[in-house]
Amino acid sequence: MQVTHRLDAIFAALADPTRRAIIARLASGQASVTELAEPFAMSQPAISKHLKVLERAGLISRGREAQRRPRQLEAKRLEEADKWLERYRRLWEGNYQRLDALLEELKTKERKPR
Amino acid sequence: MRHGQLKLTTSGDRDLVMTRVFDAPRKLVYDAHTKPELVRQWLLGPPGWTMPVCEMDVRVGGKYRWVWRHDTNGTEMGMGGVYREVKAPERLVSTERFDDAWYPGESLNTLVLVEQGGRTTLTQTGRYESREARDAVIKSGMEKGVAASYDRLDDVLAATATLR
Repeated sequence: MQVTHRLDAIFAALADPTRRAIIARLASGQASVTELAEPFAMSQPAISKHLKVLERAGLISRGREAQRRPRQLEAKRLEEADKWLERYRRLWEGNYQRLDALLEELKTKERKPR
Repeated sequence: MRHGQLKLTTSGDRDLVMTRVFDAPRKLVYDAHTKPELVRQWLLGPPGWTMPVCEMDVRVGGKYRWVWRHDTNGTEMGMGGVYREVKAPERLVSTERFDDAWYPGESLNTLVLVEQGGRTTLTQTGRYESREARDAVIKSGMEKGVAASYDRLDDVLAATATLR
């Protein structure tokens, strides 16, 4: 898959709150479909649908254990998406830190009108 | 730290939302968004860019025009739009279109400032014409100056990082 298509799939997968919660859960260790379904008021087929989306985006994979087929996180994919977000954060944080400094200046001027 | 952390989220299919707290009354934050001589001091993007053109006619129906230029290679990037709502010092709604557009159509930007105890919470929402347009902005990253993040992805990534 091309990078942009892969990112499309990752961002689309992460746009859903249930799927983000699943990712968060898997960040603390692998889990079976039953275990993943537990905290949500959702049927297993509904959870399986979400898992399929995450799998297609390459964000999770299935473990080897034949019975449980636990799902696990593919951290590399998340990092890929984060690279884009990090650029964005840096850009705007840079802008807003300059704005912080400017506001300090303006406040000082207001206190001591010339 | 007296200012808040920048928070980025998406909302629905077409919106990008940024939230940040500033340690200043909102009148000053509003000024910094509406007076050209102030805007060009901070709205610069990555290092190496300046803002040689910053024209703003801040009234309903008035236009604005911004151009950034890279110090060393001379690359220019321009954008502009029209003010739709102007309500000092709390709300500013404007359209946005880049000269060299990499996403379809234009976006509608809404700036909302809420003051509490001398500090100001800024919420900047960009609404794009389609989900595809918004996601194109996300992927454009730093180079083009706009993009987005997803709710709680930070936490997820932080949790992931501590595992390793």
